[in-house]
Amino acid sequence: MAHELCTNQMECRTSQFVALLALGGVVVLGALYAFFTLEHHGHVLTGMNNQIVWGLPHVFAVLLIVAASGALNVASIGSVFGKQVYKSRAPLSGMLALALLAGGLAVLVLDLGRPDRLIVAMTHYNFNSIFAWNMIFYNGFFAIVGLYLITLMDRKLKGWSKPVGYVAFFWRLGLTTATGSIFGFIVARAGYNSALMAPMFVVMSFAYGLAVFMVVQASMYRWNGITLDEGVRRRMKNLLAIFVGGSLYFTVVFHLTNMYFAKQWEFERFILVDGGIYTKMFWVGQVLIGGVIPLILLFIPRSNDAKKMCFCFAAPLLVILGGFAQMYVTIIGGQAFPLTLFPGHEVNSNFFDGVIQSYSPTVYEWLLGMGGVGVTFLLTVIAVRAFKFMPQDDFHALKMRRSTD
Amino acid sequence: MNEQSKQELDESNDRRAFLKTGALVAGATVAPGVLLYGVAHSRAPEEGASGSKRWGMLIDTTKCGGGCNDCVTACNTENGLSGETGPQDSQWIRKLNIRDLRTDYVQSLPMLCQHCENPPCVDVCPTGASMKRADGIVLVDRHSCIGCRYCMMACPYKARSFVHEPLTDQNPEVPRGKGCVESCTFCVQRVDRDETPACVEACNANGHNAMIFGDLKDPASEISKALKATSSIEVRADLALNTGVRYQGI
Repeated sequence: MAHELCTNQMECRTSQFVALLALGGVVVLGALYAFFTLEHHGHVLTGMNNQIVWGLPHVFAVLLIVAASGALNVASIGSVFGKQVYKSRAPLSGMLALALLAGGLAVLVLDLGRPDRLIVAMTHYNFNSIFAWNMIFYNGFFAIVGLYLITLMDRKLKGWSKPVGYVAFFWRLGLTTATGSIFGFIVARAGYNSALMAPMFVVMSFAYGLAVFMVVQASMYRWNGITLDEGVRRRMKNLLAIFVGGSLYFTVVFHLTNMYFAKQWEFERFILVDGGIYTKMFWVGQVLIGGVIPLILLFIPRSNDAKKMCFCFAAPLLVILGGFAQMYVTIIGGQAFPLTLFPGHEVNSNFFDGVIQSYSPTVYEWLLGMGGVGVTFLLTVIAVRAFKFMPQDDFHALKMRRSTD
Repeated sequence: MNEQSKQELDESNDRRAFLKTGALVAGATVAPGVLLYGVAHSRAPEEGASGSKRWGMLIDTTKCGGGCNDCVTACNTENGLSGETGPQDSQWIRKLNIRDLRTDYVQSLPMLCQHCENPPCVDVCPTGASMKRADGIVLVDRHSCIGCRYCMMACPYKARSFVHEPLTDQNPEVPRGKGCVESCTFCVQRVDRDETPACVEACNANGHNAMIFGDLKDPASEISKALKATSSIEVRADLALNTGVRYQGI
């Protein structure tokens, strides 16, 4: 049975597979421990409060959800835009998208004040709420991408993969637009309230999702001792560079626009100049680690001997770390900056009005957030073991098409 | 009088006596209830809130004392809040001190849920737990709030609190619960008995008279007359939320 389960691997290493399962299992157990503790004692054990209402779990959750829709892009490029290199990677892309979304949603649900009322959230929809629309998008994503995966993996249904791929592509655009709009529609706070949030999240999802895909793909290839074709590698690294560049572009436009509005100056000064941890996270995390350094790694000129070194693991890993920093700055930084109730006035109260709010996540929040990564990891490990997700390139066909693509 | 008619008269007297006693007993049983009902409820619970009213509040900041906390204390007592002021404690009404950066003019005022006509908290709530009654009071349905806190992100007034830990000794009229979001209800339990919110009552009882509560749709109400006679503002008027709470003197 064990041998049957690993048909896509060059050699079957059950003990290492079990070790990976155990690793993921321990992380998920940690999250469950945090969940039950918080369920019993309340969020008083977290660093979240009435000022920072969304904390570290939400950083993990939104990053995973945004990366989920982005991970599907590889499949979309294959099905919708007909690129052969990406077609052979479509099943892995679809599976990763589902695993990432499951991980993100797990964190989101486990952090609710009343997770026992999930059924209420699934049966009562306020259609004015972009959050409610997100729930519809998430559930639909599971259904559509699940169906898409079936059409990709079942020979008899292969013909359906293109139309279903189109639906999945537009659905994922809708999903990320809705996720960005969760922040874009918050009129009250200086850090949000921008129509740019939606397209910026879409472009960032392209980068984060492709980065996760490349890290997983590189790990699978290394695990099985296979070398990724240089042409395929070059395509994917160029695509990642375009998405990282796009994310940086949107970041620049977002802050430039804010700087043009006098009422946003204080907020911009907070994020860009004197916001402490948020300023560091922005410049060092989001811009440098998540943007500039990956671009340098991807485009650094190399001699012919060093061409094999493409940083196809390191660069996307940095993009993911940068994504974490970006979410931290967006979600926590946006709340840490005080609400402006009376422009031109200094405000104070015993409810922390007018002050920059401090936030220190506790171990429970780390456990919850990492649990989402653990769920994604576990699902991915099991899926690549049980099904044929390893990208199989038909190099003859590739050679034929390379001149046309 | 013959024997037969005497018997009929006796029967008739018995019937009258029975009816009289019955009526007395029935009256004695029902009357206090009717009386109490009349005193306690100007509106039957099943009647629901009326759209012909819109409850609102006018706060005169010139009468609001810098060190005074009477409205906050009254709110805490009425609604069973601890009165603690840590970052995770609930506050339904709080005192703000504001200083004009150009003129140094200092003022103090209470900040609470503004009971907006177009409340962002209601718009963003995924389950519809955040809702606005027909009479304009914005509430949280404690049975369908899932504790996602999106309403807290969306409220421009920081008027909402999340219950971070289990609660004991609650006021039975004001049920609260761990894991749910809550905010000022305009003391809806009192308003439905034709009383004013606890903060307003305390402010007036202590002689400050900085808060007026009433029906904004009734031109004869004290609040409508005061609003007509004085200039007042909405906080964050730029958001066009048409708040139920207005301030004068800012």
